[in-house]
Amino acid sequence: MLYREAGDFKTSYAADGQTFPIRFDRWRYYAVLAVAFGVIPFVITDYWANAVFVPFLIYAIAAIGLNILTGYCGQVSLGTGGFMAVGAYACYKLMTAFPEVSIILHVLLAGGVTAGVGILFGLPSLRIKGFYLAVATLAAQFFLVWLFNKVPWFYNYSASGQITAPERTVLGIALTGPNTSAAAKYLFCLCLCVALAWVARNLTRGAMGRKWMAIRDMDIAAEIIGVNPLTTKLSAFAVSSFFIGVAGALFFAVYLGAAEVGEAFGINKSFLVLFMIIIGGLGSIFGSFAGAAFLVLLPVFLKNVLVGALGWPTDLAAHIELMIVGGLIVVFLIAEPHGLAQLWRVAKEKLRLWPFPH
Amino acid sequence: MKKTLTALAAAAIAAATAAPALADLVVPNLSYRTGPYAPGGIPYADGFNDYFTLLNERDGGIGGEKVVVPECETAYNTEKGVECYEATKGSGALVYNPLSTGITYQLIPKATADGISLYTPGYGRTSAANGKVFEWVFNYPANYWDAASVAVKYLLEQNGGSLKGKKIALVYHNSAYGKEPIRTLQDLSKKHGFTLIELPVDHPGQEQKSQWLQIRRDRPDHVLMWGWGVMNSVAIQEAANIRYPMENFIGVWWSGSENDVLPAGDGANGYKSLAMHGTGMDYPVYADLKKFVLDAGKASGAGDQVGSVLYSRGMYAALVISEAIRKAQEIHGTAAVTAAQVRDGFEQLEITEARMAELGLPGFGQPFKASCTDHGGPGAALIQQWDATAKKWSLVTGFIAPDDEVLTPLVMEDSAAFAKENAIAERCN
Repeated sequence: MLYREAGDFKTSYAADGQTFPIRFDRWRYYAVLAVAFGVIPFVITDYWANAVFVPFLIYAIAAIGLNILTGYCGQVSLGTGGFMAVGAYACYKLMTAFPEVSIILHVLLAGGVTAGVGILFGLPSLRIKGFYLAVATLAAQFFLVWLFNKVPWFYNYSASGQITAPERTVLGIALTGPNTSAAAKYLFCLCLCVALAWVARNLTRGAMGRKWMAIRDMDIAAEIIGVNPLTTKLSAFAVSSFFIGVAGALFFAVYLGAAEVGEAFGINKSFLVLFMIIIGGLGSIFGSFAGAAFLVLLPVFLKNVLVGALGWPTDLAAHIELMIVGGLIVVFLIAEPHGLAQLWRVAKEKLRLWPFPH
Repeated sequence: MKKTLTALAAAAIAAATAAPALADLVVPNLSYRTGPYAPGGIPYADGFNDYFTLLNERDGGIGGEKVVVPECETAYNTEKGVECYEATKGSGALVYNPLSTGITYQLIPKATADGISLYTPGYGRTSAANGKVFEWVFNYPANYWDAASVAVKYLLEQNGGSLKGKKIALVYHNSAYGKEPIRTLQDLSKKHGFTLIELPVDHPGQEQKSQWLQIRRDRPDHVLMWGWGVMNSVAIQEAANIRYPMENFIGVWWSGSENDVLPAGDGANGYKSLAMHGTGMDYPVYADLKKFVLDAGKASGAGDQVGSVLYSRGMYAALVISEAIRKAQEIHGTAAVTAAQVRDGFEQLEITEARMAELGLPGFGQPFKASCTDHGGPGAALIQQWDATAKKWSLVTGFIAPDDEVLTPLVMEDSAAFAKENAIAERCN
């Protein structure tokens, strides 16, 4: 009843090809945007920004990035943490070398630098596939973390190897540094997240996305019908790394404020983002958001319920939380191997037929 | 299902925004009882909690105000550390003691902006000892660079006053924590003419075969260690495996607890570590602790860590914090002090031998006096040695003072760099 196409006529190709063809879906999308931009910034507190919304938005960007590479183009990558580190360190070097340039530009440039590094590490994908490529990207992960630990130039020769984000403002409003307001942090991440998600959605619907998917489905067949594997795979690596680099830059500059590469961008981060897209749904932008939400919000939620509301000891709660999250991952994957995005798709189908299923 | 979910969500929101009664003194305990660093985190958190419980039960709090110690699990992870900081700072938190150098680095700018003190005894950012730059951070009685200098001074003494041509290896946790002493040791190696071999161990530190293989090959005269969590016990086991002479192996004070040496059994006999305070249960305070906390069933955690090295350290940190709060109450003439007033308490804090004895811990720590410029204390440390048959640490030296001639310029240089990066004007002039 809610998802009715009846009466929803399209009179132009543009209208027919839009992202949300069903009117209800479209309104829901506008409503989410309106709440995100119009309501949350006015009520957000430091806790909600730093523990919930900012990490969620940043991980969503990273998950979209990895989804482009793995979900759309079929190239398995375990180098996400390393690429996020590239974004973070590029952003740090740019911020400290050119303090007068806008931080927004720095974050995007950091994405650009990561795209370059991504292409470099994507070159082996032309010869190796599947698990073997995963191992090659794993090497990238370890190499990059080692590099940022080893070469003092990357952390400006600081005694501890930590990088710390100095304060940078845009139009007089601090976006990085300790004096940033919760709303500024949130809005900065939200703008980039919405813009990048929009770009990703439209890239994957266009010719480029179709090429990626052709390579994913069968690379030899794709090559025969005229898809160039070199440019296609490398463009996927470049775009994906750009997203992940932006996420890494935001993660360091806006969210954490200070980072140390082994701890913040270790192999765990690669797995975390990979789990996000597997649980959320491979090859789906919505899935990236759902997966990020699941893995970022659920632990915080569980912790607040177990420790805050039920008053359990913190160590017991931490262990139970791991078990619950792990258990839920297994349950979700058994119930729906294609992730939360597929569950959502099925739910929508049911809603379209409701109340008269056949 | 939907109803329970809604109820849960409501509970979560309530929990996230709930604050304890504002009259209490809130001292959050960002602890870690899970993960690879739990062997260090558990005893420390227990000691920290138990001391405040003792104050509440025996004295009715500090100056008549109860102390509330909300605990938050960080798992030594900076992201969770940020979450814990944000979750607790709204509740009127007076001071933070995160027991993690990484989290400390993260919190220094945040806590400074929010006007909450950080107390990081024996860890954190060393150059915070310079109160001219770090208004809100205190790391007395001793810091990492003091530790490095004390260790080298002890080795000098062991080697008849000269380290020329000696080789000293540093096995360190490859993080901000482990990297802290490197610059000091490099300067000291120039001064005393020894060769420094740097051997990083990656998080979490369970894999150290290659580092110890290198030690076996290079045969350094001494090995220093900056380790934490499981890294310590693995390193001591590996050292025992290659039959490295244990008396030449010295750990920093974070690598010298019972949990680090016990797994290696007899192999750990003779291992040395630095200490910044006494240990064991031969102090009068334990009688009160037993009466008011342990026997009353109010002990934190499993209650099995009492009297261990890190338990003592957690207790010591709690003691210094409580003394700072007391000092703040005295300065400002009010029992319900604010975070800004507690900072004044930290800055004017003086702990004398007599005061330590009064608190039931005579001779436990060194006396110190903070000032506007000095947030770092005297920095002296002891050397303790492990006796595997008696399963006991015994002190082998008295307090050794660090080499300030090398340390002061380093502290000035590093704090000046921080001040420049963050556009901080020097205070106390």
